[in-house]
Amino acid sequence: MNLILHVWRQPAPSAPGRFERYEARDASPHMSFLELLDVINQGLVEQGKEPIAFEHDCREGICGSCGVVINGNPHGPLERTTVCQLHLRHFPDGAELWVEPWRAKAFPVLKDLVVDRSALDRIIQAGGYISVRTGSAPDANAIPVPKEHADRAFDAATCIGCGACVAACPNGSAMLFTAAKVAHLALLPQGQPERRQRVLRMVEQMDQEGFGNCTNHGACEAACPKGISLDFIALLNRDFLRAALSYAPHEVAEGAI
Amino acid sequence: MELDAKIPDGPIERKWDRHRFELKLVNPANKRKYEIIVVGSGLAGASAAATLAELGYQVRCFCFQDSPRRAHSIAAQGGINAAKNYQNDGDSIFRLFYDTIKGGDFRSREANVYRLAQISVNIIDQCVAQGVPFAREYGGLLANRSFGGAQVSRTFYARGQTGQQLLLGAYQALARQIAAGKVRMYPRTEMLDLVVIEGQARGIVVRDLVSGKISSHTAHAVVLATGGYSNVYYLSTNAKGCNVTATWRAYKRGAAFANPCFTQIHPTCIPRSGEYQSKLTLMSESLRNDGRIWVPQRAGDDRPPNEIPEADRDYYLERLYPSYGNLTPRDVASRRAKEMVDAGRGVGPLKNGVYLDFRDAIRRLGREEIAERYGNLFEMYQRITGENPYDVPMRIYPAPHYTMGGLWVDYNLMSTLPGLFVIGEANFSDHGANRLGASALMQGLADGYFILPYTIGDYLAQARFPAADQAHPACRDAEREVEARVNRLLEVRGNRTVDWFHRELGALLWERCGMTRNAGGLKEALQQIPELRERFWREVTVSGTGASLNQELEKAGRVADFLEFGELMCQDALHREESCGGHFREEYQTPDGEARRDDERFAYVAAWEYTGPDSAPRLHREPLVFESVHLAQRSYK
Repeated sequence: MNLILHVWRQPAPSAPGRFERYEARDASPHMSFLELLDVINQGLVEQGKEPIAFEHDCREGICGSCGVVINGNPHGPLERTTVCQLHLRHFPDGAELWVEPWRAKAFPVLKDLVVDRSALDRIIQAGGYISVRTGSAPDANAIPVPKEHADRAFDAATCIGCGACVAACPNGSAMLFTAAKVAHLALLPQGQPERRQRVLRMVEQMDQEGFGNCTNHGACEAACPKGISLDFIALLNRDFLRAALSYAPHEVAEGAI
Repeated sequence: MELDAKIPDGPIERKWDRHRFELKLVNPANKRKYEIIVVGSGLAGASAAATLAELGYQVRCFCFQDSPRRAHSIAAQGGINAAKNYQNDGDSIFRLFYDTIKGGDFRSREANVYRLAQISVNIIDQCVAQGVPFAREYGGLLANRSFGGAQVSRTFYARGQTGQQLLLGAYQALARQIAAGKVRMYPRTEMLDLVVIEGQARGIVVRDLVSGKISSHTAHAVVLATGGYSNVYYLSTNAKGCNVTATWRAYKRGAAFANPCFTQIHPTCIPRSGEYQSKLTLMSESLRNDGRIWVPQRAGDDRPPNEIPEADRDYYLERLYPSYGNLTPRDVASRRAKEMVDAGRGVGPLKNGVYLDFRDAIRRLGREEIAERYGNLFEMYQRITGENPYDVPMRIYPAPHYTMGGLWVDYNLMSTLPGLFVIGEANFSDHGANRLGASALMQGLADGYFILPYTIGDYLAQARFPAADQAHPACRDAEREVEARVNRLLEVRGNRTVDWFHRELGALLWERCGMTRNAGGLKEALQQIPELRERFWREVTVSGTGASLNQELEKAGRVADFLEFGELMCQDALHREESCGGHFREEYQTPDGEARRDDERFAYVAAWEYTGPDSAPRLHREPLVFESVHLAQRSYK
């Protein structure tokens, strides 16, 4: 099949970018979209030109490295599929595709389709963990967790941190990402001791990184390759409100209430 | 070079306890005076970096990905073994130990494997406390499954994403230490050389993958947690970035490389579909629990699978291994699939696969039950191939997946180079000649959480450290060498791409040093690899510059190292005149085609020492002594 690609090329963070046109002829419909970029890049290298920079690693839809916007859709048109698992058979022959990096204030472009997503790491560093020193854990079966709770926590924990939710959001919000981690830990008994400060700190960090606010568009859920549910944003909001309106444990201990 | 494994005395079940008591401790107040470099942020690296920081050491952690959460451990599907015996089905530490030693075809070190089995139980506790959402039963307790042909249910799992969940646990522990200022994290930073000062590993040279800047970092000890080298075959189930560079550079600086020819080929991957193919995708081994593997009786039978009647099908695993059937271990199942394809009985458009058929299971259990068990895998298969496995049999073929070989380490996980520790898949220690399913995650976390943090203290407490910082001549020299190499890659300006060379090397090794090997083929490979390497340095083209984000340049450096490493792999495979585990030499097989070990001559670890660019590596042998198990021929008939 034949495809026409318009790919965003930007040599450096501060340099201006533009779309460049590439024609892919006789591509196999069994190819993945990233393999198509590989083939285009081989051609560019053979001509002594710089290949298109794009992020990728596992190519199995789990590492969260890859992600580009195709015709306005983060990870392309296929639901619940990362762009590394998107095969060309899902495009009509002769299709014209506009390929861009994630666009968000908190994700500056480094080169071509590669953006800096370290803001997501800093949100986790702000509190997206359970403080348990190595060696200090009780027996794994000491705390039973109802299967429904464990399953729900798992649904939230499947987030791969790719950033598609941010790219999809008209506000450039990272609420779905943050909510997924808050919910994963809040739904488990192990996550309770730090539940209050976790949600406050993670939301604060999210704001500091320049992500926008959530206005319930739901574009994030539609774009999420793992199908993380908007319900978790509701859970985050409840947790945040409860935490913001309650006293911290040390304030209680000090007799502030 | 002398190999001293430093295995503690005493009965096997007391060795680790006793050793921990004998290890020297670093005074708590002194720990912050020691700096440790950890390269890699997968299960082994992240767990080690977090734990060392918790203990009070100053840690710097490096990864080439944009975030430590993306290391390739994340792709592990199946599960993690632990001798918890929660199922009351007769599991024990000794049984896990025995299964691992036997599964490794008696080519691993008893004391290490026993310790691994002991620690397995602590790992599960630790991960659950971190919030890893393992599968649970309705009563709220942890669920287990049997995996990879084990006779007990000892595998803990989180749907098909166990690696991801375990890695997120370790990554979050690491994130906590980064926030506390105890770990300085360097993402998008690739180690390109090791700095050795007065015989001690004291630092690394890195390239900042965004700015291209080359710099060095010094510390009191260096920990490599840089994974395996399956990508030497070009097509493998590893992530595209996985490479041998860190361990290969360490080898060239004096660390011995052990058993490089021990590679694992996983039997159930989706076959290659064309020249453009960039990687292979694994389908979980659990599919073999219900799927039946077959090929047409007659070579060249082009009928669609559903039109081939029962009488014209050969369920070859069931025929050859009546008791294990479709569940024979990975190495055996892979080799038999290759035999079928080589005999012209392969299926699919490229005739490069065998069928994995769920027709009978669907008839027996119903479509719904099969969807419940394998729904996500079927979906993944359909997404990639466009075929619906409920209606037509899956096509599968073996693919390189894991490497048991790696840098040689002693019982303390220290290489032959003082101060250089190696953990996880990057070392050679625990899996012998074949790794059992669900054991890689166990080893990575055992090394990182529970072994290295103790043993590294023993080294730090006793070693003497001459002053060394980035201005040290050894750092400057190593930096200059790295710069020269980068420039050389950019200056060739030939007419062939890096990928072309990588594909050539991969095809050559897959053919000559893949699932089966023979002396003739290996000798040819030993001629062809140096020729290909020479062509690489004459004809490769790398566009762009060194002073920016340049993915072609990154790849070029890695492929250049694979082109050297592949030779050592073949040398090792040629010298080991026996068949064991994943290393199958065609000359050494039993009359019915099974691996024939030679315990008289080869019950040892082959550790190779670098002796210079133009001289052959020197072989050192660490004899393997078995006191607790009886060496037996593996049989799955």
